[in-house]
Amino acid sequence: MSVGILGTKLGMTQIFNQETGISIPVTVIQAGPCTVTQIKTKETDGYISVQIGYDEVKPKIINKPELGHLAKSGASPLRHLKEYHVDNPDSYELGQTVKADIFTPGQLVDVSGKSIGRGFSGYQKRHNFRRGPMSHGSKNHREPGSTGPGTTPGRVFPGKKMAGRYGGKKVTVRKLEIVQVDAERNLLLIKGAIPGKTGNLLTISPANIVGQKK
Amino acid sequence: MKAEEMIRSIEAEHLKDSLPTIHVGDLVRIGVKIQEGGKERVQPYEGTVIAKRNGGISETITVRKIFQGVGVERVFLLHSPRVVSIKILRRGKVRRAKLYYLRDRIGKATRIKQRFDRALE
Repeated sequence: MSVGILGTKLGMTQIFNQETGISIPVTVIQAGPCTVTQIKTKETDGYISVQIGYDEVKPKIINKPELGHLAKSGASPLRHLKEYHVDNPDSYELGQTVKADIFTPGQLVDVSGKSIGRGFSGYQKRHNFRRGPMSHGSKNHREPGSTGPGTTPGRVFPGKKMAGRYGGKKVTVRKLEIVQVDAERNLLLIKGAIPGKTGNLLTISPANIVGQKK
Repeated sequence: MKAEEMIRSIEAEHLKDSLPTIHVGDLVRIGVKIQEGGKERVQPYEGTVIAKRNGGISETITVRKIFQGVGVERVFLLHSPRVVSIKILRRGKVRRAKLYYLRDRIGKATRIKQRFDRALE
C-alpha cells in the first residue's frame, strides 16, 4: 500500500481524447499539496502509517493541541489530517510535501468522500422500492408493502429496509481512471462521477484491487 | 483561482478557436470523421439545423435531413475532434429557437425561407 492524497472536488466537465475524438466525462479535483505531518512506526505506535495534512488555514482556526502536533513536523496549520497505512515508511520524511504528481495518467484509483445528504428519505428514494398506482382508487402510493410475517415471529426482522436518514455517509468509488494530471496546479482529472457536491473533501488513493498482492 | 475558473481553463485547451456562427434554420454541411475497416475518412452530413444547445465545451447542434424518405436527426458536439469541418450553405429565416415542428411536416411544408442579411461565413 502506498500513500494517497487529500483533495477537494471542484466539479465536472467533459474533455476530448484528441486521437480518437471520444468525449470523456471527468471530475476535476484539487489534490493537495499535502504535508507529511507524522510517521508512525511499529516501535512507537504498534503499526506503520504515514499521516498527511491538507488545506492550509489561519492558526486561530485550529486548537492548541493540534497546532502543537503540527509544529513537530514544521507544517503550517492544516485543517484535515489523514493516515495511510504503508509497508515501508522510509521514503517519507516529516514536512515533505505530497503533490498530485504521485499519480500518473491511466492509473486506477479509489476515491472516497461524504455523499450528498438527503435527510429522512422514503422507501423509493432510499431503497429503490416500486410505488403503488397513483390513481384508479388506489390509496397505496409510496408505502413499503409488507414488512414480514405475522404472529410468528411477532416482530420485524433486523435489517428490514425502511425509511430513514439517507446519504451524508462515507462512500468509496473504486477503480476510477486518472485521465490527466496537472502537476503545476495540483489538479487531477478523474473519469466519472465522485461522491458529494463541489467543495467536498476527498481522499484519493491507488486502487485496492482484490486478489492483487499489495 | 476559483473552482469555476479552474474548470474553464481545462476546457479551454479542448475548445476549437474557429467555429462559424451557426443559427437555427441554417443549411449546413458537416464533415464527420469515421472509422471504416481500420481506415479513417471524412463523411459529409448535410441538413437543417433545428436546435442549438449552448454550453461551452458541450455545445451541440441538431441537424435534420430526409434520407430515402426517412427523417434523420443527428446531434453534433461542435468542439469534438470528430467534427472536422462545418460549412454553412444557406441562411434560413425562422421565428423559433427550436424547429421541432419540422418533424410533423413532409415535402414542401418543410421548406425554410432564405435570408440574405447574414453572411455565410
